[in-house]
Amino acid sequence: MWITRDEFKDIAYKGVWKQNTSLVQILGLCPLLAVTTNLVNGVMLSLATLLVMALSNFAVSSLRHFIPYEIRIPVFILIAAALVTVVDLLMNAYLHGLYVVLGIFIPLIITNCIVLARIEAFAAKHPPVQAASDGAMMGVGMLWTLALIGALREVIGSGTLFSGIDLVIAGAQPLHLMPADYPGLLLAVLPPGAFIVLGCMIAAKNWIDARQAAANLNQPAPVGAAGSH
Amino acid sequence: MSFETPNVLTQSPYLVQPVSVTRIMLKVLLALVPGIAIYAWLFGPAILVQLALATITAALAEAGFLKLRQRPIAPALADLSAIVTAWLIALSFPPMGPWWLIVLGTAFAIIVAKHLYGGLGQNPFNPAMVAYALCIVSFPAIMSQWPQPLSAGGLAPLDQITAIFFPERIDAWAGATPLDHLKTTLRLATGNDSLTVQSILKDHTIYGIGGGNGWEWVTLGWLIGGLWLIQQKVITWHIPTALIAGIGTIALVFWLVDPAHYANPLFHILGGATLLGAFFIATDPVSGATTPRGKLVFAAAIGILAYLIRVFGAFPDGVAFAVLLLNMCVPLIDMYTQPPIFGEKHRGKA
Repeated sequence: MWITRDEFKDIAYKGVWKQNTSLVQILGLCPLLAVTTNLVNGVMLSLATLLVMALSNFAVSSLRHFIPYEIRIPVFILIAAALVTVVDLLMNAYLHGLYVVLGIFIPLIITNCIVLARIEAFAAKHPPVQAASDGAMMGVGMLWTLALIGALREVIGSGTLFSGIDLVIAGAQPLHLMPADYPGLLLAVLPPGAFIVLGCMIAAKNWIDARQAAANLNQPAPVGAAGSH
Repeated sequence: MSFETPNVLTQSPYLVQPVSVTRIMLKVLLALVPGIAIYAWLFGPAILVQLALATITAALAEAGFLKLRQRPIAPALADLSAIVTAWLIALSFPPMGPWWLIVLGTAFAIIVAKHLYGGLGQNPFNPAMVAYALCIVSFPAIMSQWPQPLSAGGLAPLDQITAIFFPERIDAWAGATPLDHLKTTLRLATGNDSLTVQSILKDHTIYGIGGGNGWEWVTLGWLIGGLWLIQQKVITWHIPTALIAGIGTIALVFWLVDPAHYANPLFHILGGATLLGAFFIATDPVSGATTPRGKLVFAAAIGILAYLIRVFGAFPDGVAFAVLLLNMCVPLIDMYTQPPIFGEKHRGKA
């Protein structure tokens, strides 16, 4: 029932890069648009989602033989919603300042289709350890994407980085990367800015993949190597 | 000098001159000259500096992005379309805005609104209006500062140049546009019945005799250039007429119902960017409607929306947002306004 090294590498590669939630599946756009106005918000919401996805994938996978096929969706949602409530209450108790900033988007993790999508597509068909790894790695994929989008929007939009860090680490100060009279490009902080930054990142990912594919074509893979995905 | 033999021999009948993008764009630029001349005469040389900044930025952005896209640079630069975009941006931005504002707007228009969508002929949105929307949303304070004419105490010519390149050295030189001023004054006076549109227009010198002191003459320049474009068959009459009719009609309705709180139709036609938009911006052949009836619908809707946004919205003028919103509707409008094919009696039926 344990997980092999290759299996984990495959799950991690898919979650972090090949099936990246934000760049490839384009899921979870609502938190992406609303929350990634700065780096800290993006990272913290992703961490909460990561936790929910790992736990819900593990729970559903453990119970998958006991869930009647016909009513699986309501059961999945109930399990995931219970875990979201746990994360919601934990954040309210221990990171209250951030909880107020993120507001409705913590409970709304349950409506994020990526949670149900991974349960339905992966956890319901795989053993618990694999399922939990999948949830966590999809979360890591979301984490780095939202962190990058948040950082870009924050630097372009207001010239700072790590603003709101004091809500997570008491006493920490944000960085000011731009000159003091930087007027800030408000558009980057507004939802259209999120779409433009996301579009540029999707283009960058496709460009990297295309270059990779071209390089692989020129140098045929050695015989017996693990197949490309 | 000997006569060169043409590479391509053309045969009779010599009826139609070849129409090239360069030729059309050159005519559009020429048509803008009267308005620009009046603008520079009345308001000072700042606008010429902005035009130069926008032109240089547009050419550099166009060349740089064509190189990235591995496309030939010279023909695309020679078609002048980037220069038209640049000039329209310069003319819709405040003439004494800081230099980085026009550079940012122009670069964004060329790179994001034009080349990311595939370059000339592919952009669904009017690039100049994308630049305006970007900057009015991001820097509303700077974008709302417009100058007085030189004769009415405007900034001296040298100070204007300083204001563009060293904005921190010049303070308090500008105010709101007439449209913006009227809206703000009316909002502040809510509940005060003695303050009407007529009294505001009479008490403040910025309104002049039409769309604003000095601006009415610049607007006249756009009208002259626009009529010449129609005479040259660069644009058709549909879009300017429908746009002016659209904004005129809705302004007339509001004015007839409540003349104390809504300005007369002429004020809205001559004020703001109405005529520049009607003749030069909404007539963009790429992002606008293409069928004759479609052009009428497209432009009339721009006129109505522009009025609603400038009177009830938060921004100084509504033409840019109206054009962008209607750009989105163009495929739909064109689909429902296909003219009958020659030989058809009724649409789609023989």
